[in-house]
Amino acid sequence: MGINDFLNNSSEWLKGSGPNSDIVISSRIRLARNLTTHPFPHWAGRKQSEEVLQKIEEAVAKVDLLKNISVFKMLEMDNIDKQFLVEMHLMSYELAQKKNANAVMIDPNGIISIMINEEDHMRVQVMQSGFNIYEAWNIIDRIDNELAKELNFAFSSEWGYLTACPTNTGTGMRGSVMLHLPALVMTKNINRVLAAIAKLSFTTRGLYGEGTQATGNFFQISNQVSLGHSEEEIIDNINGLIRQIIEQEQQAREFLLANNRPMLEDRVNRSFGILKSAYIISSQETVELLSLVRLGCDLGMVKDIDRRTINELFISTQPAHLQKLENKKLSQSDRDIKRAELIRSKLKIK
Amino acid sequence: MICDICNKNPATVHLTEIVDDQMTELHLCESCARQKSESMESQFGLSDLLAGMAEFSKPATQDKEDTTLKCKKCGLTYADFKKVGRLGCNECYESFKKYLGPLLKRIHGSNQHFGKSPYKSQDTQVKLKTSGENLDLAALREKLKKAVDSEAFEEAARLRDQIREIENKSK
Repeated sequence: MGINDFLNNSSEWLKGSGPNSDIVISSRIRLARNLTTHPFPHWAGRKQSEEVLQKIEEAVAKVDLLKNISVFKMLEMDNIDKQFLVEMHLMSYELAQKKNANAVMIDPNGIISIMINEEDHMRVQVMQSGFNIYEAWNIIDRIDNELAKELNFAFSSEWGYLTACPTNTGTGMRGSVMLHLPALVMTKNINRVLAAIAKLSFTTRGLYGEGTQATGNFFQISNQVSLGHSEEEIIDNINGLIRQIIEQEQQAREFLLANNRPMLEDRVNRSFGILKSAYIISSQETVELLSLVRLGCDLGMVKDIDRRTINELFISTQPAHLQKLENKKLSQSDRDIKRAELIRSKLKIK
Repeated sequence: MICDICNKNPATVHLTEIVDDQMTELHLCESCARQKSESMESQFGLSDLLAGMAEFSKPATQDKEDTTLKCKKCGLTYADFKKVGRLGCNECYESFKKYLGPLLKRIHGSNQHFGKSPYKSQDTQVKLKTSGENLDLAALREKLKKAVDSEAFEEAARLRDQIREIENKSK
């Protein structure tokens, strides 16, 4: 399977299916694992990192659950391909910057990805569409058990899985849920919700992870604490918290519908209008407008288009995706033109 | 909306900071935001933050940290760790144990692992689950759940701390 196959075969989290998929885009879990035999990636020499990569490749090949996985090595990829996988949330920006024995393994459905020699020797990720964090855990737990039969993971009974950064020590687990919360933003309730999240030791990030501000009303919420609670407890906590936020967003949507329907219809349809008729559009503006159209779709105000098409536009209008679709390098101004063209063609009323 | 710093360009980046539960917002243009994030990073990188936490958690009576302390397996010194915020190998945890224990506790509120293990038996978990404190803990956890459900977050935070305290005592 090559990278280009992911262009046609859209990934798991864009399906727009799964529980609560009007508000929850995706649920992911990642586990950080290291080998006892080698120094952690930042402290390892080139040869050591190559050995780690080889060991992990051999181990993965023996795991039945991972038999269809493809390996993409950073050394063999161009920048557009790397950015493409970052946009799909299949690897991190940090890994894309690395140039030695670094690789990412991805299954054909874009559900499982394994980063090798990023901050830790292994970062296994499982992604599910919608609010499906327990299913993500079931899958990743099984993969982890199988991998543990092939590899000696760095572990202490006192401190759990040992990771390069002490903020991941313990379970090595980070659960993240991507939420679309336009009504909480519009009703100015989002700050209250974010403050409560911070108090409970969870972090909020934007669409593209660490350091990004939430654009288009997308918020990625994940656990901060990885030591002192079992994986199940952490997941229960995430589950409870996300359930609350979903309810709050639903209430805010109902409030807007009951009290401010004309304003809502206006904003949704204006956004739809701009997207359908623009000839030049930035990715930032695209995400913001698509967010409102998505809300309109959830509330039955926009009928000619389904959620999956909108979800796919969020990603296919990103810079590397556009360049892959056009199969050439594009300047920013060319991208803004091509982006508008793509959106117009996808939103054409049937 | 105009940038809060230069008052010239349109603000495209919106920063939210939470200090003492107070939320402040900054609306910046791209170039001012870049400058601000650079200055924030240089002043307050993660590695400094981690090292700062390790220091903060050190008992006042303890001698000055020995930054020349070196991991015998990989050669990383404690000074290296303080600089990059990353450990060198699995043995570093043993080599720097006296500093890492308090640091982990500050980061996670606990320094005992309760989760899964790569080995078949999950001894630690089973043992702790049957210990005497268990009843209290279960009751507190139930209260915590209720507090979260009813959005009493202040109460929830207090209960969480209480649970952690008991958990830590039982280690």
